[in-house]
Amino acid sequence: MSTVTSRPAAPGRDAPPRPESNGVLGLARRYGEYVLGVAVAIGMILSIWAAFVYAPTDAVQGPVQRIMYFHVPMAWLAYLSFFVVFVASIVYLIRRDERWDWIARGSAEVGVIFTTLVLISGSIWGEAFWGTWWTGEARLTTTLILWFIYVAYLLLRFYTGRTESGARNAAVLGIIGFVDVPIDYFAVTWWRGAHPGETYVLDGTTVNTPAAVFIALMLALATFTLLYLFLMIQLYRLERYTTEAQRLRAQVEYGDTGE
Amino acid sequence: MSTFPLGWRQFWSIVGKDLRSELRARQIWVAMALFAMLALVVFYFAFDLRVDNTAAVAPGALWIAFVFASVLGLGRSFAAEQEHGSMDRLLLCPVDREIIYLAKLVGNLIFLAVVEVIAVPLFAILFNLPILGGGLVVIVALGTIGIAAMCTLFAAVAGATRGRELLLPLLVFPLLLPVVIGAVRATQSLAVPVANEPPWPGLLIAFDVIFVTLSTLFFQYVVED
Repeated sequence: MSTVTSRPAAPGRDAPPRPESNGVLGLARRYGEYVLGVAVAIGMILSIWAAFVYAPTDAVQGPVQRIMYFHVPMAWLAYLSFFVVFVASIVYLIRRDERWDWIARGSAEVGVIFTTLVLISGSIWGEAFWGTWWTGEARLTTTLILWFIYVAYLLLRFYTGRTESGARNAAVLGIIGFVDVPIDYFAVTWWRGAHPGETYVLDGTTVNTPAAVFIALMLALATFTLLYLFLMIQLYRLERYTTEAQRLRAQVEYGDTGE
Repeated sequence: MSTFPLGWRQFWSIVGKDLRSELRARQIWVAMALFAMLALVVFYFAFDLRVDNTAAVAPGALWIAFVFASVLGLGRSFAAEQEHGSMDRLLLCPVDREIIYLAKLVGNLIFLAVVEVIAVPLFAILFNLPILGGGLVVIVALGTIGIAAMCTLFAAVAGATRGRELLLPLLVFPLLLPVVIGAVRATQSLAVPVANEPPWPGLLIAFDVIFVTLSTLFFQYVVED
């Protein structure tokens, strides 16, 4: 347990003590999170309204197309999360600041949850429109593999506990796992013969898309991005408190000098 | 590159150490070879093989047997070091981490080669596929390098946890998907040549280069203590 130090209250190992919050920055730090939370709540209500009422029913797909207004933002959020894991893992290996490790861990948790939701919502859409829950299409298969990689990532974190070596190993997996995703995608594409894409008229970029569809999708995308920020703030704080609590416990058990 | 000859000597002394201890103890490769053969036999009974589907099914069975046997055996790459505490001593030696990793990888490749020399003929007999030859040797070698690269790195990762052998397949199977797809497809096209296939052997080489480079680069972070 090399992470045990005699400074229980410090937020990060190398961080200076937090300055007292004053001025605009202090206000933002104190209330920004609540503003963000309220914005996410309002955005969600608006997105639901836009998806179910404001946007017109799709001429070809019917009502089931409305899944797209949540499916696409959730997919975006999942990929964003794993990209953040990738970046935070690299920075952690270079800087060795445990706060980057907290970001990576939190982001992986968010990513796994939203990848699960993407797979479920996509399957429901597929059953309704394609008539099958699953196909070997490249994007579907890659997303499933992505889910497996990051569930294994969380499992690795579970097995290693909050140790420095655990953080390093997880960072290695976070980087290699992310690099593996495009390789997987190409391998699956070639495996199936290269014809993905045309099955997806979902992108909202087709010629006759009404403006309402585009607006509803953009609204949902913006809301889910804010939701990611909101969740990350919560998870970051949870990581910080967990680490501090563990350190305090270690101090009580092993004395002030660490282990 | 003034240290090259020294690095070369260090490399071969680690490989030699692993081979000698393996030859004495026979911890890994006998179990691996038996497991691969057993997996092939199980697949032989599990699939209803006919003349028209053998070429489609058999390569998958071969590569699943290889991947499973690799995970089982290579998961113990660092077991001797971790159990006897000699990992610390190995790391205390003035040897680059890259050299330690590459030596471990080459040792594992030699074990796997022994396993494959036993398993491939059995495969050809059981599944009655006349694909033994230079092409198969190349494809098996290319697929094995990718599998061994990932297994060796993540054996060090998983071995340092409470999960051990349980965790390793969960870590490497998803990462190995491109290699498995490529190797199965390449083996299939040996049995029944298909038009318009992507150049799988070339892709396998690309996957191998990526995986070996990444693992060599990141090994130092895994064993750093």
